Amino acid sequence: MAEHTIKAFDEDIDRLRGLIAEMGGRAEAAIESAMTALQRQDLALAAQVVADDKRIDAIEAEVEKLVIQVIALRAPMANDLRDVIAALKIVGVVERIGDYAKNIAKRVPQITANQRTLEPVSLLPSMAQVASEMVHDALNAFAARDADLAVAVVERDTVVDDFYNSVFRTLVTYMVENPKTISECAHLLFIAKNIERIGDHATNVAEMVYYAATGQTLPDRDRGSAAAEE
Amino acid sequence: MTEPTNPLAIANPKMSARDVKVFYGAKQAIKGVSIDVDMDNVTAFIGPSGCGKSTFLRTLNRMNDTVASARVEGTITLDGEDIYSPSMDVVQLRARVGMVFQKPNPFPKSIYENIAYGPRIHGLAHAKADLDVVVEKSLRRAGLWDEVKDRLHDSGTALSGGQQQRLCIGRAIAVEPEVILMDEPCSALDPIATAKIEELIHELRGRYAIVIVTHNMQQAARVSQRTAFFHLGDLVEYGVTGDIFTNPTQERTKDYITGRYG
Repeated sequence: MAEHTIKAFDEDIDRLRGLIAEMGGRAEAAIESAMTALQRQDLALAAQVVADDKRIDAIEAEVEKLVIQVIALRAPMANDLRDVIAALKIVGVVERIGDYAKNIAKRVPQITANQRTLEPVSLLPSMAQVASEMVHDALNAFAARDADLAVAVVERDTVVDDFYNSVFRTLVTYMVENPKTISECAHLLFIAKNIERIGDHATNVAEMVYYAATGQTLPDRDRGSAAAEE
Repeated sequence: MTEPTNPLAIANPKMSARDVKVFYGAKQAIKGVSIDVDMDNVTAFIGPSGCGKSTFLRTLNRMNDTVASARVEGTITLDGEDIYSPSMDVVQLRARVGMVFQKPNPFPKSIYENIAYGPRIHGLAHAKADLDVVVEKSLRRAGLWDEVKDRLHDSGTALSGGQQQRLCIGRAIAVEPEVILMDEPCSALDPIATAKIEELIHELRGRYAIVIVTHNMQQAARVSQRTAFFHLGDLVEYGVTGDIFTNPTQERTKDYITGRYG
């Protein structure tokens, strides 16, 4: 894309995009670390995920400040305006993704070693892998202004939803058969739900990327296969 | 040459231009522009210097007739009537299609006379009482009455720049025009005087078809419902103002309004 006549405008936009790329990378890493901590019962790693979330929150605040400044001082128009508005909305969503990863990490101490062998626990990393890739691709789509990649992210959300439904049914069955495990299984259920929400949020990011890139909103998806409890 | 994209289908255009070309001697300034403007919307013409927006505006009330080397081709109609037809009375046309210029240009006469002059020579009012009514009504519509009602016989040129411009708008309004053309009406004014003119344009909308040429894109965004982007004599894009400024369809429009032009 051609440069602005006013160079400082390009610098502002570049800084905005740089911050969002960093934020996305950190959110993605937080999901992966939280899942690793869960699988390995690594309490130190879990605590690190919780601590690192502060940086994600700080980036959100920084982006908000920068966006307000760009709107006030540069009066962005057309694709610039869409980019800046999308950036503002995306950081709000990525911050939530970070919170879900933090939430997963906080539950790690509650899941004891014998629970980690449960079948649903073995499903969770694969589920988280898909959600994490969605976050990765949604932010790559923003960086590249790639509407097709954004659409691909949106379409992948059903995979996460299907995973969730499967985990949900398995856990409920397990709890019925083993009432003593209800407390820990409830934590696992929340973790699954958090991952499912990460997928939804990545979808939201992708929808905003699509709008920023094309000026059109994505038509509403068929939510026939949405998560079981919704 | 590009076809104008997204030509707005306007059911009852006040003015219509079809394949209008303007030449200054051998140089072509307008390369075949077709556009409709209506009563219900303010239409803004934007584009870089030399794009032809002012030249095109001036074809709408035959101001280019006064430029010896200028030649206009194509058709321009006012209520379906060809304004370049030999039977068109140009003086009458310019009363129906009024114009406000970049620099306020009141007559060196009293405020009252600035307004009364047009209605008097066009035979719209003769008796003092009738003229008084026209002067008050025009100054009220121009948003100037309260500021000048106690000094109507002071010179128009003694007013501030913003007041002078509103006086010129009042002068255009006094002859009961149908269309008002504004050629960068705020470029010589400060932000507060500009805001008053913009508010006035908003109030006049619907009563007159208004076409405004502006260098200030924010102004086009604020005052208009339709925006036309001109570049190198072409009408590149014409659309709903909200769409032009959030999602223009043409690369040249986008580059211009986002400040990437050049």
